Amino acid sequence: MRLRGIALRQDFFLHYGRQLGTLAGLLGLMVVLWALTPHFLTISNLLNVAEQATIIAIIAVGMTFVIITAGIDLSVGSVLAFSGVVMASALHQGVFLPLGLAAGLGTGLLCGLVNGLLITVGRLPPFIATLGMMSVARGTALMFTEGRPISGFSEGFRSMATGELLRVPTPVVIMVAVYVVAHFVLKRTKLGRYTYAIGGNEEAALLSGISVRSYKTIVYGLAGMLSGLAAILLTARLNSAQPIAGMMYELDAIAATVIGGTSLMGGEGTVVGTLIGALIMAVLRNGLNLLGVSSFIQQVVIGSVIILAVLIDMALKRRGR
Amino acid sequence: MTESPVLEMRHIGKSFPGVVALDDVDFELRRGEVHVLLGENGAGKSTLMKILSGAYQKNTGQIILDAAEIQIKNPKHAQTLGISTIYQEFNLIPHLSVGENIFLGREPTELPGVINQRAIFEAADHALDDLGLTLDPHKLVKELRVAEQQMVEVAKALSLDARILIMDEPTAALTEHEIAELFSTIHKLKKKGVSIVYISHRLEELFEIGDRVTVLRDGRTVGTYNVRDMKKSELIRLMVNRELTDLFPKEKAPIGAEVLRVDGLTTKDGLKDITFSLHKGEVLGIAGLLGAGRTELARAIFGLDQIASGTIYINGEPQRINSPKTAINLGLGFLTEDRKSQGLVLPLSVKENLCLSSVERFSSWGVMDTRKEQRAAARYVKELRIRTPSLNQKVVFLSGGNQQKVVLSKWLCSQAEVFIFDEPTRGVDVGAKAEIYQLMNRLTASGVAIIMISSEMLEVLGMSDRILVMREGRVRGEFSAEEATQEKILQCALGE
Repeated sequence: MRLRGIALRQDFFLHYGRQLGTLAGLLGLMVVLWALTPHFLTISNLLNVAEQATIIAIIAVGMTFVIITAGIDLSVGSVLAFSGVVMASALHQGVFLPLGLAAGLGTGLLCGLVNGLLITVGRLPPFIATLGMMSVARGTALMFTEGRPISGFSEGFRSMATGELLRVPTPVVIMVAVYVVAHFVLKRTKLGRYTYAIGGNEEAALLSGISVRSYKTIVYGLAGMLSGLAAILLTARLNSAQPIAGMMYELDAIAATVIGGTSLMGGEGTVVGTLIGALIMAVLRNGLNLLGVSSFIQQVVIGSVIILAVLIDMALKRRGR
Repeated sequence: MTESPVLEMRHIGKSFPGVVALDDVDFELRRGEVHVLLGENGAGKSTLMKILSGAYQKNTGQIILDAAEIQIKNPKHAQTLGISTIYQEFNLIPHLSVGENIFLGREPTELPGVINQRAIFEAADHALDDLGLTLDPHKLVKELRVAEQQMVEVAKALSLDARILIMDEPTAALTEHEIAELFSTIHKLKKKGVSIVYISHRLEELFEIGDRVTVLRDGRTVGTYNVRDMKKSELIRLMVNRELTDLFPKEKAPIGAEVLRVDGLTTKDGLKDITFSLHKGEVLGIAGLLGAGRTELARAIFGLDQIASGTIYINGEPQRINSPKTAINLGLGFLTEDRKSQGLVLPLSVKENLCLSSVERFSSWGVMDTRKEQRAAARYVKELRIRTPSLNQKVVFLSGGNQQKVVLSKWLCSQAEVFIFDEPTRGVDVGAKAEIYQLMNRLTASGVAIIMISSEMLEVLGMSDRILVMREGRVRGEFSAEEATQEKILQCALGE
């Protein structure tokens, strides 16, 4: 029995050691900020941080799946904008609310599937395919709206952002739900297992009878759909869908994923890590704002944190070998 | 031609984890001779030459160049010592010109960092002239024929003042006419006093170009002979002469109904009109030299390469296999030659790798039944005695033999009925080897049929019920286990 306990503990560290490290980083950061500005550690501020994190955190879930397959998706920010304006105009046409939401999700899904097909059937490198989509989706969003935001929505729609469930803001509830489902999918479903296998060794995955093309396409579709979900939340929060929304979000999502321990080489990573990564970025922004640090310096700090996190990760991994 | 040796390699030993590649090998090279190095796949030819060219370090022994002992540190150091190698895969940059390739890495400069283009082409012209070649040094390498690219390699080696030139299968990709050109170049090199180590499987060439021959077998020197004193049959006997030991615990299983039939299989990748059948409980060995089309045959059956014509029958039914997924559903399993790049997903765990081709069976509605998966994995780890601290250990940390057992278990777990083994024991230590052979016995006893591709002659002879020999994409011979001998198979594989 004792032996078994030790084996289990070893497995636990084997699987979650990396996330515990990132979590320690997040907690350490919070302690420092708490010491510097007591207002940081209030319930209302922490909920505020979580709410700030939702958009990037949700996009980063899709990004994590994509990066685990050893791919990349540069189009998520533009797809967010495009999905947002499609949904907004549908709602302005007076369609039934769930149908409008479906239009948003569907637009994202469609863009993602096109990415996936370009990569699997067209054999384009993911970087190129999604770079193209980044420009096409943004341009289409701008054309569609003639560059103007679409604003003013019903109370019902806006409650997606303003509502609360047991005092927790709705977007945070949705984000947590997305992470719970994503974690389950990665760890316990066929799709998750194949995602890791494809990223770990695409050739071996193919030779094991996995239809690599289909699953890769699905993963990019999923990333697109999550951009659509993020678009719904962002539009509801701002009460406005903007064709220039989501600029550079792809980079924040990649940063959250990488800080969370997902390897750009593929085959490794967890959404739990990504959530912590997204929270680290949000906490840092919030803390620096509270401290009155200029936005210029903020960029320098955040960039340095990304580099530092990955440097530490790589050093630890090399020692583990 | 003087008789004093330019180079001597004495008592060379080299081992890799789990394998002794070279054991007390002696090799001597004289000035201006063509010295052929002969041996089966895995006899140690390449290892010996990699030590000479600085790619590997010897564990024991001495290398003596011009009567002084030397330590060859790396390939660059070998070049400065006058030892150059021309590999089967050329080290040329296709988008640069002939001249630029010859002087790559040591371009003549005018000002620091500014290349003197004219000097390059003049010197290149001179080097090519020296070999009696009429190549334009301005031409891009990618526009040259293979034989011409080879000449560029030779010119490059000579411009490095090479006195010893190692040529690894230089005629493999050449036409007959080009081979004649190559041989005339080699004669010119000999006259200049360059010594050539010539590695080739083609015995007839040896008699045409070789002065002396050293035969290696199982990492040991069999002997060095004057080519004119030898006959082909004698050399073949020297290459393979070994005793079959009980390393191969072959147990014959009852042969059952036909499970697989390949009829007139032809592919774009070079397979021509291949026909054979495979029965339950049978091990069909496939022998042949590297490049004979053995792996291509496995890939075509497994749905990886497109079939141009011909039919594959599984249990008597004609099937169109166009993806590994289809092949697996039809009960095929393929243990690839390179387990790290094709068999395993290294960052995943033992359990995940083991169950990878059976995920369908362990899931319903896309959700995995992890307990069922865990049980299956635990069973195979126990049955095959896979040494791992836990089912969740990443396979990257396992030893070669244990990794191979994980790949094997993957196909056991997917309940394959026809196994294709491509070099099943390569890079596996002796103990694990024996276990893999025993497992093959158990598989055939349970009615599984096995196709075993192997370059290890003893393995093919020791474990097969029937042996097919391939050469140049065709099946050139079929032997029953009783009638097969090493000589017969090698003759058939070499096309004698």
